[in-house]
Amino acid sequence: MEPNQDRGGPAQPLLALRGLTKHFPIKGGLFGTTVATVRAVDGVSFDVLKGETLGIVGESGCGKSTTARLLVQLLGLDAGTMVFDGEAVGEPRASGLALRDYRRQVQMVFQDSYASLNPRLPIEDSIAFAPKVHGLSESEANERARELLAAVGLAPAQFARRYPHELSGGQRQRVNIARALALQPRLVILDEPVSALDKSVEAQVLNLLVDLKQKFNLTFVFISHDLNVVQFISDRVLVMYLGEVVEIGPVDAIYDRPAHPYTRALLASRPSMDPAFRRTVPPLVGDPPNPVNPPSGCRFRTRCGFAEDVCAAKKPVAADLGDGHLAACHMATPGSGHSKAGAIMEVAI
Amino acid sequence: MSAALQMPPAAPLMKLTDLSVTFQTRDRTVHAVNGVNMELAEGEVLCILGESGSGKSVTLRALMRLLPKFAKVTGGIEVAGQNVLAMNDRRMADFRGGEVAMIFQEPMTALDPVFTVGRQIAEVVQRHEGASRATAMARALELLELVQIPSAKRRLDAYPHELSGGLRQRAMIAVALACRPKLLLADEPTTALDATVQIQVLLLLRELQQRLGMGVIFVTHDLGVAGEIADRVAVMYAGRVVEEGPVGPFMAGPLHPYPQGLLNSTVHGNMRGKVLTTIPGAPPSLSSVPTSCSFSPRCALAEPACEAGVPAMVEAGGGRRGRCIKITAG
Ligand SMILES: Nc1ncnc2c1ncn2[C@@H]1O[C@H](COP(=O)(O)OP(=O)(O)OP(=O)(O)O)[C@@H](O)[C@H]1O
Ligand SMILES: Nc1ncnc2c1ncn2[C@@H]1O[C@H](COP(=O)(O)OP(=O)(O)O)[C@@H](O)[C@H]1O
Ligand code: SF4
Ligand code: SF4
Ligand SMILES: [Mg+2]
Ligand SMILES: [Mg+2]
Repeated sequence: MEPNQDRGGPAQPLLALRGLTKHFPIKGGLFGTTVATVRAVDGVSFDVLKGETLGIVGESGCGKSTTARLLVQLLGLDAGTMVFDGEAVGEPRASGLALRDYRRQVQMVFQDSYASLNPRLPIEDSIAFAPKVHGLSESEANERARELLAAVGLAPAQFARRYPHELSGGQRQRVNIARALALQPRLVILDEPVSALDKSVEAQVLNLLVDLKQKFNLTFVFISHDLNVVQFISDRVLVMYLGEVVEIGPVDAIYDRPAHPYTRALLASRPSMDPAFRRTVPPLVGDPPNPVNPPSGCRFRTRCGFAEDVCAAKKPVAADLGDGHLAACHMATPGSGHSKAGAIMEVAI
Repeated sequence: MSAALQMPPAAPLMKLTDLSVTFQTRDRTVHAVNGVNMELAEGEVLCILGESGSGKSVTLRALMRLLPKFAKVTGGIEVAGQNVLAMNDRRMADFRGGEVAMIFQEPMTALDPVFTVGRQIAEVVQRHEGASRATAMARALELLELVQIPSAKRRLDAYPHELSGGLRQRAMIAVALACRPKLLLADEPTTALDATVQIQVLLLLRELQQRLGMGVIFVTHDLGVAGEIADRVAVMYAGRVVEEGPVGPFMAGPLHPYPQGLLNSTVHGNMRGKVLTTIPGAPPSLSSVPTSCSFSPRCALAEPACEAGVPAMVEAGGGRRGRCIKITAG
């Protein structure tokens, strides 16, 4: 098995995504016809840079997990392109990267540590499974599994022969991380990897992820609804709303100078640990709307305090705020027709 | 002022005395709650904090006698001066949903999927207050408005599955408030919600609690939630309260090494580039009643004296107390 190697140099994005789209038909009625379409991911474009951790945040149902499953190709694209280190993914032509080769370089860790392990296999065998399929001998694969168990902090002598139900949630998540690393991937997609863990265990796993990334030269896409965790682990942050990217940028720009009203509301919704700074007014009212029939123009307009006519008429384009900080709001684009367009927005969180 | 004119201290709304709960099955015993003492004043919000398995939910369920029959419950449970453990089944049925109501993380555990929201609220009002159907329906509408459900009138006829997550949570709160409970028990009611919806529900609960003067016991594992809603916090570890006190001083610096570790390992503010503090190891198995400090295997400050017995609750002054031999009485 050849190790996965860098090709295009450090400046070339590891993964360039353009116009990713996934719509799910909802069947109904007597004849199982399509009665509606969930626009789960709707024209999403961004780059994953080499060696970075890109955080993805947004409310439940905004399309984070669907994006993740597109990235690892557990789901096929309805439209869009994926270019991995210069090679188009899934193109049968000589220039492209076959799906099988792509999948070896991109692995995923899920939130539910239990459901993603085979309950009837000792954890060592679960980790060794994929390397064996990819041509490693039994002993080589087991050797790698034990190395990885040690790397994720589970002493092989004590843990290798245990079954998933003999482990705590935090330990199982360590096994899932080890398994994701077994094919020596370059990119790991982590979908809510610590959300089901208690805080003291969450901190252990976050420290581990930071170590492993360094040690194995990894690039992470880290999905979470916990904005504090995303701030801790990410270099850049992408904010999604109803299947679209509304803002992306360096972590400090997003947290200190959020430009999109939705990003600001998300940040302001974090509970404060200091009772002297309790909120009195909720930053947003209502639940996120349904991605079936999203609003016209700016999808956030039904909950946005700054919405004007132009927001219903025109879809905002991503405005460049410098340093790779982009926000898709008419207020950020001079001449968009919004009365506050181009004005420096007061940042009040 | 002469001593005779002083008012006696108000009796607590809720009082737990040495509460213990053991689950005994054929192959194992779980000592889930091991001698909990807790009080709640009228109109007070107490947050019970702790990691999963520490006994938070079992404590709440014991208060409402919602535990399975094979659970062995000892100690005292008093609510509004009544002995809960001595109530007969009929009294208990009045008590639940009457003086005390409970809300849960998953609203569908409390809502019946086959009845409309309006019908479910009206049902509770009719059962407990003997109100007429029309009066009960009018009250249901009032309640949906109280919990700020938009288009409340239309929502009376909605089935639970037709509501979004946030609205369902509000509907469950409306059912719980139907008989104006004095005590509301909340078991992680916002844990499954988005932060944007969670803060709306927390603000709503705080407003309702103040308006209706209810006492609230709110179970959470999230320090931020406690920071937003609690007057006082009680931290549980391995079935015991290890620290208790007013929320402000607690958040500024807990007394006990366990909540200190919990606070330090919670990611908050900008901690990027730092190695997070963790608590090594895992909570103890609850197969026997602990005879020493349950936290000692994970505690950086542990010493032989910690093994001598279960540390006593030390009063540290200012209404704060903790179960650790290192805490100085004040
Ligand atoms: N297989 C499917 N069939 C139909 N709809 C789907 C399917 N998978 C996802 N969806 C819908 O697509 C939208 C996006 O879902 P997704 O799981 O990506 O959200 P998410 O951002 O990961 O949310 P969460 O924070 O709750 O995990 C949702 O409305 C969801 O119900
Ligand atoms: N019905 C039950 N039967 C057996 N054990 C139980 C039961 N309910 C809870 N327990 C155990 O009691 C302990 C405390 O549980 P719980 O109060 O639910 O914890 P939490 O603090 O997470 O709410 C756990 O070890 C749990 O497994
Ligand atoms: S485009 Fe309009 S509706 Fe959308 S976020 Fe900006 S101001 Fe609000
Ligand atoms: S009693 Fe000892 S072991 Fe227990 S918390 Fe205090 S110092 Fe640590
Ligand atoms: Mg998801
Ligand atoms: Mg619980």
